[in-house]
Amino acid sequence: MNCECVKQKSDLSLLCPVLEEYAAVPGSLITILQQAQEIYGYLPMDVIYHIAAETGSTPAKVLGVATFYTQFRFQPVGKYLIMLCNGTACHVNGSERIAQTIQEYLQVENGATTADGLFSFSIVACLGCCSLSPVMMINEETYGNLTPDSVKMILQEIQKKEAAQ
Amino acid sequence: MSIRIAVGQGSCGIAAGAGKVYDALFAALQGSEVSLGVVGCIGMCWLEPIVDLYRDHTLQMRLVQVKPEDAERIAKACCHGDLSALNDLAISEEDAAFLTKQTRIALRNCGLIDPNSLESAVEAGGYSALRKVLAKQDGMTPEEVIACIKESGLAGRGGAGFPTWFKWNAARQSAGEEKYLICNADEGDPGAFMDRAVIESDPHTLIEGMLIAAYAIGAKEALVYVRAEYPLAIKRLHAALAQAKEAGYVGRHILGSDFSCEFRVKAGAGAFVCGEETALIESLEGNRGMPRLKPPFPAAAGYWHQPSNINNVETFANVSWIIDHGGAAFAAMGTPDSKGTKVFALTGKIRRGGLVEIPMGKTLRDVIFDIGGGIRDGKDFKAVQMGGPSGGCIPASLLDTIIDYKALGATGAIMGSGGMVVMDETTCMVSMAKFFLDFTAEESCGKCVHCRIGTKRMQEILTRITEGKGRKGDVELLEELCNAIKDGALCGLGQTAPNPVLTTIRYFRDEFTAHIEEQRCPAGSCTALRRYTIDPANCKGCTLCAKKCPVNAISGSVKAPHRIDLDVCIRCGQCMAACKFHAIQVG
Repeated sequence: MNCECVKQKSDLSLLCPVLEEYAAVPGSLITILQQAQEIYGYLPMDVIYHIAAETGSTPAKVLGVATFYTQFRFQPVGKYLIMLCNGTACHVNGSERIAQTIQEYLQVENGATTADGLFSFSIVACLGCCSLSPVMMINEETYGNLTPDSVKMILQEIQKKEAAQ
Repeated sequence: MSIRIAVGQGSCGIAAGAGKVYDALFAALQGSEVSLGVVGCIGMCWLEPIVDLYRDHTLQMRLVQVKPEDAERIAKACCHGDLSALNDLAISEEDAAFLTKQTRIALRNCGLIDPNSLESAVEAGGYSALRKVLAKQDGMTPEEVIACIKESGLAGRGGAGFPTWFKWNAARQSAGEEKYLICNADEGDPGAFMDRAVIESDPHTLIEGMLIAAYAIGAKEALVYVRAEYPLAIKRLHAALAQAKEAGYVGRHILGSDFSCEFRVKAGAGAFVCGEETALIESLEGNRGMPRLKPPFPAAAGYWHQPSNINNVETFANVSWIIDHGGAAFAAMGTPDSKGTKVFALTGKIRRGGLVEIPMGKTLRDVIFDIGGGIRDGKDFKAVQMGGPSGGCIPASLLDTIIDYKALGATGAIMGSGGMVVMDETTCMVSMAKFFLDFTAEESCGKCVHCRIGTKRMQEILTRITEGKGRKGDVELLEELCNAIKDGALCGLGQTAPNPVLTTIRYFRDEFTAHIEEQRCPAGSCTALRRYTIDPANCKGCTLCAKKCPVNAISGSVKAPHRIDLDVCIRCGQCMAACKFHAIQVG
């Protein structure tokens, strides 16, 4: 933990129960990383160092595993994570237009978060709901048969709900 | 006997609004005797949300595309026992034929039982095969189980089509203290979703199949590696395992026998290459999912270098049926080379998209036209993509190819895990090839140079072709790269990555030529090559297109035909979408 680049100060105590359960179980690194991401919303660098120290591994190995898998994020995400499917069926049925609509409407690039911190946008591999293509997931909810208009309406609803709170 | 209502709640059903329909029915049925339950996915995805009405376990009526507003009416009709009032919601005969034309083994319970209930599974015959195997008298030895699977001819449904019994036998024969049974539920192939449907709709059938396999190879521990993108499947699998454990189907001394087996569920973290068995094992061990050199095969040295056997979900879903009905019954279906049935996920530009299970030996035409109803919106069939990023595109001229590992392999595509993405005349095949290369270049783990850099170079060439900047000799260069990658890659991902490109070149070479030599996309799909023009005969001069154009590329005066300046046009297509007189054409 003496690396200069680790400047974050995450609450590492939140990870204690996870490490207690899994640190000594061989082959549990991905499970630990998944639960850490559940807790912090992403994988802060100090958490990665902490996991390495607690599992008797090196930060390089932990970061190497984390960066291999698309599920892991290294930046905080917005309150709503939009995952637009880019599987074959969605591609054939026009997911590109949906991506354009989202990017234009929210002014957000793939992999980025909106300035207000409300939405993060990510184009992902197949979500397995091909018969409803094009499909997106916002947090754990799936939306199918998207059109540029229906996507805008879904996003507007969320914005309205948030503004009302 | 009163009526029982079952709402189909797989992921697709829920996305189509089945959860809201269920809530509305729940509210409308308060105080009535009619019972309301949940079933999994029947596989008729284009009709979701689907509500089934049962009396005495017999389906009375299947209601389709139900909306929450229909709940009151449905509740009333069910309470009065007069279902004729719901005729307008009932499935049409034509749509119902989608199911009656199928032969369901792996999907036998999907959409018919409550995936959250062990009793529902047992009532449908769940765990009867396990009882038969573990019976104190006349039970089956592991060798007998393997012999039965051998007789059935069951082959790996994940794509490779390797004989299942052979893998089981190899793992059984391997010397080792601990042995592991692994289920590959990392269904990463874009366009395939049958494994998700089985876990979400009938998790006990998967568990039972795995238990029988674990018994056969001598494993005491079973692992399921599920994609993290399938949260509902993970949730239902966990719940089913807890029920099975409580009922004594999982754990120590199963059903009073000497056989013990514990389960663990591991969520994948998003890497297509982890569908490859040795990469999956690396991932299970908590490492980067990079394939190992084979041999040794997992049967000799797999998880923690112990003998391990890996099969996919659909393979396991067939096992208990085979034990119940005998290997010969399964082998009676199919072709000499490929036995039994196969599940396909039919999607794309198809009229009736969903899950189709048919005996091997049927033709592609049977599946796409007879069952799937052909192409939607009156367009023409162009190709069907099978096997995802490892497979290929099969053209219309080969629609009578039979579904069989060898016959499909001869087309340059593969059986694969069963994704069937149907394309019509508006799909550009060069762009399709690029789509798959974008995917494999992104998903290549980077271990082998040929795959890591070769796919990148192919992606660059395909990108420039779709942008109208292709060079003479590009097709030949692609072919050369394809062959080099096939030869030089270590694992299945790399060795098969060139397939989508090779098949599109083989069957649609003229489209490549049109892109390269004429800067023209015959399907009108490649944005950079689109030419929007206004037909003066149809243009009424309403000025709507000129107002919509974001770059002022359209000029003309009111009530006179307009024209598009192609040097300014950014090919966004908004003019075409806005025109009410079909005056704008794209070529």
